[in-house]
Amino acid sequence: MTSILKIVVTVKQVPDPNSNLSLEADNTISREKEVVLDPGDECGVEEALQLKEAHGGEVILVSMGPERAKDAIRKGLSMGADRGILVTDAQLAGADALLTARALAAAIKAENPDLVICGTESYDGSTGMVPPMLAELLGLPQLTVAKKVEVDGSNLKIHRQTADGYEVLEASTPALITVTAGIAEPRYASLKGIMAARSKEIKQLGMGELGIERGEVAETIEGLTDAETRKAGAVIEFDGTSIDRIIQVLAEAKVI
Amino acid sequence: MGKIWVYAELNQGKVNPTALELLAKARELGDVEAIALGTGARAAAATLGLHGAKVVHVNEDKAFDDYLAEPATDALAALHKQGAPELILFGFTPDSRDVAGRLAARLEVGLISNAADVVAADGGFVAKVPYFGGAKIASMKANKKPAIVLVRPKSFEASEAGGTAEVKDLSVTIDAGSKRSHIVERVVEASEKVKLEDAKVVISGGRGMGGPDNFPLLEDLAGALGGAVGASRAVVDAGWVPYSMQVGQTGKSVRPGVYIAVGISGAMQHTVGMKASKVIIAINKDAEAPIMKMADLGVVGDALKIVPALTAAVKAKKR
Repeated sequence: MTSILKIVVTVKQVPDPNSNLSLEADNTISREKEVVLDPGDECGVEEALQLKEAHGGEVILVSMGPERAKDAIRKGLSMGADRGILVTDAQLAGADALLTARALAAAIKAENPDLVICGTESYDGSTGMVPPMLAELLGLPQLTVAKKVEVDGSNLKIHRQTADGYEVLEASTPALITVTAGIAEPRYASLKGIMAARSKEIKQLGMGELGIERGEVAETIEGLTDAETRKAGAVIEFDGTSIDRIIQVLAEAKVI
Repeated sequence: MGKIWVYAELNQGKVNPTALELLAKARELGDVEAIALGTGARAAAATLGLHGAKVVHVNEDKAFDDYLAEPATDALAALHKQGAPELILFGFTPDSRDVAGRLAARLEVGLISNAADVVAADGGFVAKVPYFGGAKIASMKANKKPAIVLVRPKSFEASEAGGTAEVKDLSVTIDAGSKRSHIVERVVEASEKVKLEDAKVVISGGRGMGGPDNFPLLEDLAGALGGAVGASRAVVDAGWVPYSMQVGQTGKSVRPGVYIAVGISGAMQHTVGMKASKVIIAINKDAEAPIMKMADLGVVGDALKIVPALTAAVKAKKR
């Protein structure tokens, strides 16, 4: 059977949101500690798997990062994705959003997918800049902040989350979608899935193979200063007097 | 002074408030031109002029209302061809960032996202960006021109400068190739009693609320205090409450008189959206949670016990 829906999901390895962050000498956030597959990307993988289950096809995970980012890809493969591609190159260290998008675009273009699914924003940076850049570089329409995706042949329909509800967007494939974490509850990898993932292919590509050059970095961190911090106030254990303390604070703030 | 563009996002014909905030900053940095696209653009020009735009480029093609990101990217790219600005400011909103990202890739310039401030430095621009869990501020320099910066809503105070803008028609042809991501319907779900952004008191819930069934406890407290209920990204992602309630980096920025964080640990994603509140009260079972280090009063205990007791006490006090 030929693939009905070829889906690329971009995945990123991020510092565990539940761990404490630390900084490298060059002021980038350390990824040496506990790293996980971005929880938002897990939802993207889940959505892709559900689309594949409904329509048939193939789910390919594409990531950029150091070699250990393979662990993030492997996590998605153990959930059921078919294969992975890791763009890795020493020259990509400290890449900004545009270089990241260029590297991912080069790898994705070769796959010629029907759908590209990205998380709306990463858990560590939360800037959400790579997906629209990627859409532009791939020449695809972008349907962003999707909380629901429907595919019918080459017709695509999403519910795009807005501040007070949602918008219904329609487009034709190929297209790029960004999904919210609310879109689908990621499945747990089964033992069988974990075993199967070990033998699934993860292709490694460098910048030379993708035909991209680093170029001038678009933005550089010139320095870090401490943010204005709020003074910690009293921390009290809840007991019989706590409610009165809160009431007192509310009264001083003149809200009651 | 150099030319600065402000992308004035229109929402169903109305100027997004962030655009007026950006104008207040932009007029400190150079000669300001605003770009307004879609239905209502011409009418918006007066407001934009009053807030400091010397020129407003307008185009009322309905394609800007009906298609996502691509028509606006085409318009900005076309205007860029006529004469590049030094800096383009966008609000950090879902619609604007879709346009900004595409434009940056098309112009091959990159961009700086989630900025809290922009300053002129060495003939270029440096943006101040919350970093490293919000504990640090990174000074990020844009190395290419134009610099594109997305600024968080409520970073600056909007103010009128009292001017009148020259209105220029922005000529651009939006061809079929850019009419692909079609907005066919807009559905409004939320009916907020008190607007989160305007509330004097905001009570927000996080994972520590245990589940969506417990959010009415926060509604009760908000009702007693005349406030509004917000939420952390974690519980919005989990589907407990709608996105319209999300406070944080993505979501709404609030600066109420009192912010009560209930069962919220205090990740940067959340705190950048509420740390400008005058008074912060945190209720959390974990005394070591980061939110406790920024709260004026932290109460360690079970939110499900504390919140109802507080609601009762507020009601009793008002009687």
